[in-house]
Amino acid sequence: MARALVNVPAKAKRGEIVEIKALIQHDMETGFRVGTSGNIIPRDIITDFVCKYNGQEIFRAELFPAISANPFFAFSTIATESGTLTFEWSGDKGFSATESADITVE
Amino acid sequence: MTRAAAAVITSALLGCAVSAAADEIPLNQRKSGYEMMGRESRAMQDDDLTNPGMFWVLDGEALWKRKDDAAEKSCADCHGDARTSMKGVAARYPAFDAARGRPVDLEQRINICRTDRQKATPFPAESKELLALDAYVSRQSRGLPIEAGSDERSKPFLEKGRALFNERQGQLNLSCAQCHDDNWGQKLAGAPIPQGHPNGYPLYRLEWQTLGSLQRRLRNCLVGMRAEPYSFGAPEYVDLELYLMWRARGMPMESPAVRP
Repeated sequence: MARALVNVPAKAKRGEIVEIKALIQHDMETGFRVGTSGNIIPRDIITDFVCKYNGQEIFRAELFPAISANPFFAFSTIATESGTLTFEWSGDKGFSATESADITVE
Repeated sequence: MTRAAAAVITSALLGCAVSAAADEIPLNQRKSGYEMMGRESRAMQDDDLTNPGMFWVLDGEALWKRKDDAAEKSCADCHGDARTSMKGVAARYPAFDAARGRPVDLEQRINICRTDRQKATPFPAESKELLALDAYVSRQSRGLPIEAGSDERSKPFLEKGRALFNERQGQLNLSCAQCHDDNWGQKLAGAPIPQGHPNGYPLYRLEWQTLGSLQRRLRNCLVGMRAEPYSFGAPEYVDLELYLMWRARGMPMESPAVRP
């Protein structure tokens, strides 16, 4: 199970722009490298990242082999209501990881 | 004391002699590689939620508690809570090991514990497990001053490390000192030359896209000098690590640091 670190402010004022950061542990094997045996190491990357705010999608990204290991995303959203942000990563070889964080809007 | 910035390049190209005896950096002029990084890389290191090195720390914490192999003993069974028992330990390594009659670095110490106390197989060099435990233990020394090299028994090895640091090697005929004592702050292929302090290891290097040990970094430098690198765990590396730690004495630990 890959580890993920997400940073969402615990509290925000209604209408405030908040910054969200998400970092996930993944080797992002490109599929272009050659292993010690001389064979190509098969591609194994995260292909999709989605962030939802109370079920509504607010950020989505497609990832490709040129993206570094342990991909990091930082983006912003408007704090509209208290609730939960969920983060989902999916990729090759059935890779799937989820993380969530709560935000209180006053 | 100050030599022309181009001395290194000139000597490499023309093969002319530059004094090999480098002057050490005065204690108050020492700078961590952190100070030479860009704003974004610093921010990445400063926040544990953006520092990818923390993945190894978290993995290391899990390994610390895991009972392993024949002895059915975890690190925690002997050492308890690493946050207290391992505080400041990484700042004292490489440390003298009486049984071996020479200093050992932290990764060697972890593997000695594994073979002697846990009756387990040692982790291979640069393996995820070894780096994870190294990172977890080193994390407990963050912010604490480096103390390695103060042991009298380690002195001869420290001197060997110093000699190696000042010795010209490889096809480019360079010594560590020519870059890191004489020309730090200048540029090498567009990148700033740091003073070469080991205060953040194991560290997450963006170029590597992973966490790596100080020995991996030293290997990197040796290859750059067109010298033949030593094998991982070689005594030469440990002597050099010891000298580098002593050279950075008193500087705060940053492990796991982030470097470009």
